Amino acid sequence: MPEQTRYHSVRLDKERCRGCTNCLKHCPTEAIRVRGGRAHILDSLCIDCGECIRICDYHAKVAVTDTLEDIRRFRYTIALPAPTLYGQFRTLKKPVYVLEALKKIGFDDVFEVARGADVVTRAIRERLRDTSIPRPVISSACPAVVRLIQVRFPELLEHVIDIRQPMEVAASIARRRFCKAHDCAPEDVGCFFITPCPAKMTAIRRPIGQAKSALDGAISIMDIYGLLLPHVEAMQNDPDFVPATPYGVAWATSDGEANAVSPGSSLSVDGIPNVIRVLEEVENNKLRDLEYLEGNACIGGCVGGALVFENNYVAKAAIRRLVADMPKRHPDTDVSAAMLNKYPMKNDLPFEPNAAMRLDDNLVVAMQKMNRMNQIMDHLPGYDCGSCGSPTCKSFAEDIVRGFVASEMDCVHLMKEKIRHMAEDMVTLAQSAIDLGGKKEEHPEAANRSQK
Amino acid sequence: MDALIQNTYPVKAADYTSAGRASADIKRRLKQLGVSGDVLRRVAVASYEVELNLVIHSEGGELELAVFPDRVQLVSSDVGPGIPDLSLAMKEGWSTANDEARSLGFGAGMGLPNMKRNADDFAIESEVGKGTVITMGFRLA
Repeated sequence: MPEQTRYHSVRLDKERCRGCTNCLKHCPTEAIRVRGGRAHILDSLCIDCGECIRICDYHAKVAVTDTLEDIRRFRYTIALPAPTLYGQFRTLKKPVYVLEALKKIGFDDVFEVARGADVVTRAIRERLRDTSIPRPVISSACPAVVRLIQVRFPELLEHVIDIRQPMEVAASIARRRFCKAHDCAPEDVGCFFITPCPAKMTAIRRPIGQAKSALDGAISIMDIYGLLLPHVEAMQNDPDFVPATPYGVAWATSDGEANAVSPGSSLSVDGIPNVIRVLEEVENNKLRDLEYLEGNACIGGCVGGALVFENNYVAKAAIRRLVADMPKRHPDTDVSAAMLNKYPMKNDLPFEPNAAMRLDDNLVVAMQKMNRMNQIMDHLPGYDCGSCGSPTCKSFAEDIVRGFVASEMDCVHLMKEKIRHMAEDMVTLAQSAIDLGGKKEEHPEAANRSQK
Repeated sequence: MDALIQNTYPVKAADYTSAGRASADIKRRLKQLGVSGDVLRRVAVASYEVELNLVIHSEGGELELAVFPDRVQLVSSDVGPGIPDLSLAMKEGWSTANDEARSLGFGAGMGLPNMKRNADDFAIESEVGKGTVITMGFRLA
């Protein structure tokens, strides 16, 4: 079975894994197998959504992010908080309190990713004028959704908007401004995203649509929430600061982006299974009248990320309250057209399909494998119990064909059936041996069986 | 040449809850076979339209997928009622969908024209009282 070779933030802690089937059954892309008493993550299918981190009772699934120690390798550091960070503080009056707290815990500067979202909002609105992009145009903000499309809906990749994610645009702006103000070289500055999820961490190390990320790493919200809290609560004076617009802040929650980008015709969907269902509608050409589609892997949007502290519904309410109290500015008028030319907005690489679903590169061989799979499926019980270590009977059949599983006898139900047959044969055999020995005593049940 | 992959999906009339399952399975299989891009997109649209046609307009029938090394073939056959005027049925915007179907957002009269547009080969035969057979071919590049 292919082990992880490409960078993934989501990893397995082998020591803690008990080899149960919780993560197996909850992985939305069926990227987990349990073999040899522990879980394995299939490299090509994992989209780093973090669902397994949430579900594992033994904390055996972890997200690797940077620590506050890691940032010390840079002379200067800039924190780029996801707007989701604001939603972690229930009574927060203004985003600037969180920004000041980030400086207090050691960052030299801060730049709101919500501001990046403002700029990206305007860039996308401009980009949507190009009617040659097939509709609905699909958001690229959630890296887990983009990877899902690469694996399961490769023919929809041309719908995905080729504008960079807010964190990338924010980092480009932040770094250039900082270097100018402090007269230093770009490599002296470390730009760290304060992330709600592992998918963003992976997107920094292994970018989609870009050769290199503008960020140097990511720190999990969970890891620094406790450090920030006392500083946020102690904040009293209001520093002079022009914040992101409410539209940029609202990107933290599902529908925030869609409402900013295309309020007239858009749809937002959250949670991977729901995203899959809507993408199937796009595939069936049923949503061709729709202008923009926002999909988020997590329920509620980024506030539902696997690395946040606050309950996603509570955080969503906090963001809504914060947004309602902000001055009503819109990115269309708040972001200058010059900004869009000054910093890189468009991706430099196309979105490539991921061929992980393919049974074989050769069509004829793939067809043979599929037929074999169907034959195996006919024998399997269809319970989808996961005891074999594959999430469903279908994936078990596929694993056999792909060579990940040695034999059908890994299915406990088939094994039980086989043992029953063997036991019957033994009884029959024993009976004939007794008969040969001339003994007349017979077990009544065995007699019944042998007559069958 | 014999088809290497062949699968038949029974489709019930007016069964809106299961509508789309056959085409979803067809899409999944083609993706596993490595059929990509343009062909996959066209088969996706055509198979969904033809499955929905069976649900909305027929008295029940089946959809058959056959994959050959050089092409994908979809055959839809139903047990009735048959189409009285084929040229009218092929017109964009013409629909005989009932109120139930229309209330679910179907019946725009784009089904057959959409299938014809997306398939490389399209053939339809129909006899009133007997049924309709639609055969669509898609070339694998």
